Amino acid sequence: MEYEAVIGLEIHVQLKTQTKMFCGCANQYGAEPNTNVCPICLGYPGALPVPNEEAIIQTIVAGRMLKCEIPDYCEFDRKNYFYPDMPKNYQTSQLHHTLCTGGEVTLYKYAFPKEVQEAAYASADKRIRLNHIHLEEDVAKSTHHEDHSRIDFNRAGTPLMEIVTEADLRSADEAYAFLKSLQQVLIYGNVSDADMDKGQMRCDVNISVRQKGTEAFGTKCEIKNMNTISGVRRAIQYEIPRQIDVVSSGREIRQHTRRWNDGLGETTFMRDKEDSHDYRYFACPDLQPFRTRPILFDTAGERIPELPSDKKSRFMQELDLSDYQAEILASDKRLADYFESALAATQESVSIANYLINDYLASEPDLDAPALPATHFAEVAELVKADAISSKQAKQVITEMLENGGQPKAIVEAKGLVQLSDEATLEPLCREAIHKNPRSVEDIKSGKTSAINSLKGYVMKQTRGKANPRKVDEILQKLLS
Amino acid sequence: MSVEKIDVHYVAKLARIELTEDETEAFGKQLHDIVAYVQQLDTADISLIPESHLDDHTSGNHLRADIACPGLPCEKVLQNAPAAVDGEIVMPKIVE
Amino acid sequence: MDITTETIRSLKEKYAAEDISPAEVLDALEARIKSTEPTVQGYLRRDLGKARRKALDADTSLPLGGIPIAIKDNINEDGEYCTCASKYLENYLSPYNATVIDRLHAAGAFTYGRTNMDEFAMGSSTEYSAFQTTRNPWDQTRIPGGSSGGSAAVVGARSAIAALGSDTGGSIRQPAALCGCVGMKPSYGMVSRFGLVAFASSLDQIGSFTRTVEDNAMVLQAIAGYDPMDNTSNRRDVPDLCADIGKDIKGLRIGVPKEYFGKGIDPAVAAKVKSAIDWYQNEGAEVVDISLPHTEHAIAVYYIIATAEASSNLARFDGVRYGYRSSEAKDAMSTYFLSREEGFGAEVKRRIILGTYVLSSGYYDAYYNRAQKVRALMKQDFDRAFEQCDLVVTPTSPTVAFKSGEKLDDPLQMYLADVFTIAANAAGICGISLPCGFNSEDLPVGLQLMGPAYGEATMYQAAHAYEQAHDWWKTVPSIS
Repeated sequence: MEYEAVIGLEIHVQLKTQTKMFCGCANQYGAEPNTNVCPICLGYPGALPVPNEEAIIQTIVAGRMLKCEIPDYCEFDRKNYFYPDMPKNYQTSQLHHTLCTGGEVTLYKYAFPKEVQEAAYASADKRIRLNHIHLEEDVAKSTHHEDHSRIDFNRAGTPLMEIVTEADLRSADEAYAFLKSLQQVLIYGNVSDADMDKGQMRCDVNISVRQKGTEAFGTKCEIKNMNTISGVRRAIQYEIPRQIDVVSSGREIRQHTRRWNDGLGETTFMRDKEDSHDYRYFACPDLQPFRTRPILFDTAGERIPELPSDKKSRFMQELDLSDYQAEILASDKRLADYFESALAATQESVSIANYLINDYLASEPDLDAPALPATHFAEVAELVKADAISSKQAKQVITEMLENGGQPKAIVEAKGLVQLSDEATLEPLCREAIHKNPRSVEDIKSGKTSAINSLKGYVMKQTRGKANPRKVDEILQKLLS
Repeated sequence: MSVEKIDVHYVAKLARIELTEDETEAFGKQLHDIVAYVQQLDTADISLIPESHLDDHTSGNHLRADIACPGLPCEKVLQNAPAAVDGEIVMPKIVE
Repeated sequence: MDITTETIRSLKEKYAAEDISPAEVLDALEARIKSTEPTVQGYLRRDLGKARRKALDADTSLPLGGIPIAIKDNINEDGEYCTCASKYLENYLSPYNATVIDRLHAAGAFTYGRTNMDEFAMGSSTEYSAFQTTRNPWDQTRIPGGSSGGSAAVVGARSAIAALGSDTGGSIRQPAALCGCVGMKPSYGMVSRFGLVAFASSLDQIGSFTRTVEDNAMVLQAIAGYDPMDNTSNRRDVPDLCADIGKDIKGLRIGVPKEYFGKGIDPAVAAKVKSAIDWYQNEGAEVVDISLPHTEHAIAVYYIIATAEASSNLARFDGVRYGYRSSEAKDAMSTYFLSREEGFGAEVKRRIILGTYVLSSGYYDAYYNRAQKVRALMKQDFDRAFEQCDLVVTPTSPTVAFKSGEKLDDPLQMYLADVFTIAANAAGICGISLPCGFNSEDLPVGLQLMGPAYGEATMYQAAHAYEQAHDWWKTVPSIS
């Protein structure tokens, strides 16, 4: 019997606001314990919340980039449950009137792990539907000691966007690709750095298995608090066969929560669903409902950047990049911007793309603060185009530039990398080559055109590589015809 | 009027309140009376009232600009805490 | 000067004429307190030294310059304990000011004394205070009403010029009626709730107790107005609340709802209120019979919504960050269970459990959601009524002050004491209680006027006219 996995994700994303969700305390990572706190985020008696407009706008930006509907009327609800890290013992969240509903993420080939990108399912451009996106507040951070716990409330009340998918994912690789694509969108929209290592993006995985071809969902397990994308993939890779094993041996899966142990590479039982909560949601009476139209919706609209997938198509169609080149450059907004700023000084888009992908990225540059101005690459491309240097020399210039800095022209001069394109100098050398290599000439005349390379090699050798290969080829062709 | 028996234990557990047996019994009886009393709401005709239960405001959104302002100094926070060490609030061990 | 008969208005005049200083008023008040408090016990704490420093600094040219005001112990004031009369918050030292405190200061007033209340404002007799029993200044065997019983008792006893309270279902108006003073609940959203320890967020409003109606308007003028710190605060401009005080009430339409004069009402109370209605008619007001058909559901609606919101609002009292922590707590779970068990009184637990129940899985629609809809019907009742009349007049409480302990064992009977005051909270409108006479046992009876949202000025006009035509407000209880 064949089984398939049914997977849905809930992703929590920290937003890039200056202040917390409902108070003016700084939304800042790494401050001294309990220094970014106030009566509101500590849940002191009598303190009242006021929503942060920026967090709402950022959520709408994310929602619009992910093709969500943005309802006009929104509310905050209280989700009631006790937790030491949660000062009010309810979380201000959204249930009935969320900021975003629906939406989707397309799984493009290059979002999949490298080793599976050639698989058919990676090229299917599968769309994963979102159920909704809502805005809520984060909890504090506790550390556990021998006989007590300590709590730092700096993180309490910082804005948290929760993205909930439909159960459309079917494999660990799809979940991986989904998170990669989502991460890219969030970074593009400047709503989050979405760095899972720093806890800026956290993921819960709901997973069940069923017989292939059946409609009904199996009983699900939830894997909580995943904090790396590859961890999510591995956890699902572990969990699917585990569940299939249970089901196919005729046993039943109880609904429960599991935790992922990265070291052991396995998921383990955490708690039963019976202990789960009766959240007693109700509309928060301290907060007014609000409308997204026109101001919040339009303000968000002005901030929506070109989507990565749109950028990629434009790079292919207008700048003649290959699918691969366009994918790499569009995958990171900083890189894409760098690429485009180089194009301000040249039209040699394909050369620039090659330089950036083959040389620049290999040097592991700091994309946030590039050491070299992008126009340096434009200058190199222009030198090649003007036959001042060969592409081989261009590579030398770039290597030097990346290692030690410096202007391309200065490097060309310092290294004596001048390309010989002068016909008066090159023609005698070409004649000499023909004269000294009669066999090659014979081969060429009998149709073996590649034999011309040995003639070229001769000229290059004589000029110590400085001859312009295109020019040499041109002269040889003329002389041989 | 007949009212379903209220599971006081379950509700008290949700509310995180320890109750003695006596309290459970007394509350059970009192809550039963109150809940029986509020059954009268069944007689009100609510068919024309819309679902949304908060007033729809008419004077625009009441939101806050994203500008930081000073909160409480840590000493003041710890002053009210039942226990604290190194700037953090201390409590008996949280076990999951 | 006789501090028992002074008002904010009269003190302002004396300050302007430099007849007396705020510090002298404070001393006179403290002398009065010393004679009444052993009986009344309305104050939980007073800091005379601190108050005297503020009195000496007071700028008497400001609207409430140099006026001492007592504060219900559920309103945060920086550097003051704010216990809500709960063991749970016995040692909670507030680190911030409620907006109303800032506004009182800005208006030149200074705070003096924190008053007793039912624990977390849950109750109608102030018997649910964890700390002391406040007695009715007119009869010490009786309750002062609640939950703001301390504030009502000290103003009624003339041992405060004015006091702030909070009103969720009648917690200002009912004790004001029972203690023979003026108590008023403003329209929802007119006064900031920031810093008021929440009981039921959608119903709570801060208001004041005063000796006269005009004083009440002056205090409200100082504390009212939009506050960006309270998201439910109304942006409407607050009108000049004293503008209509003293104006003729001829032609004012006074609505009398038939549902408020049915069974359960003490005949003596009904008689006093009816004679007040007759007075209005004689003065040229038009008396209109109206109907508020959903009045019968008021208590049911209230006890579902208020307890539901309270169960969530009081979840923050968990023994973690501030307040009481059980010494028996061994882990996070027992910290919650034991701290809340030991820190809360029976009524608070009862209401939290009721509120938790009505929100819990499977019951939300039957109770909470339905109650919200019936609440909308109650609002519609008032919207229709105010098309026919300018004000609604009713008794404040169906009875005069009851005996201590009388209703302690029967929560439902206690809840029924709020039957006439709850509707104003549910509908978000304004309401005032003022003295309208005494029964045969010399216990005060309260008259309630209710006006539409932001209709305070007309309400004060009508209340002031009645008050000034009678001497009830001048009667000072003799306290031994």
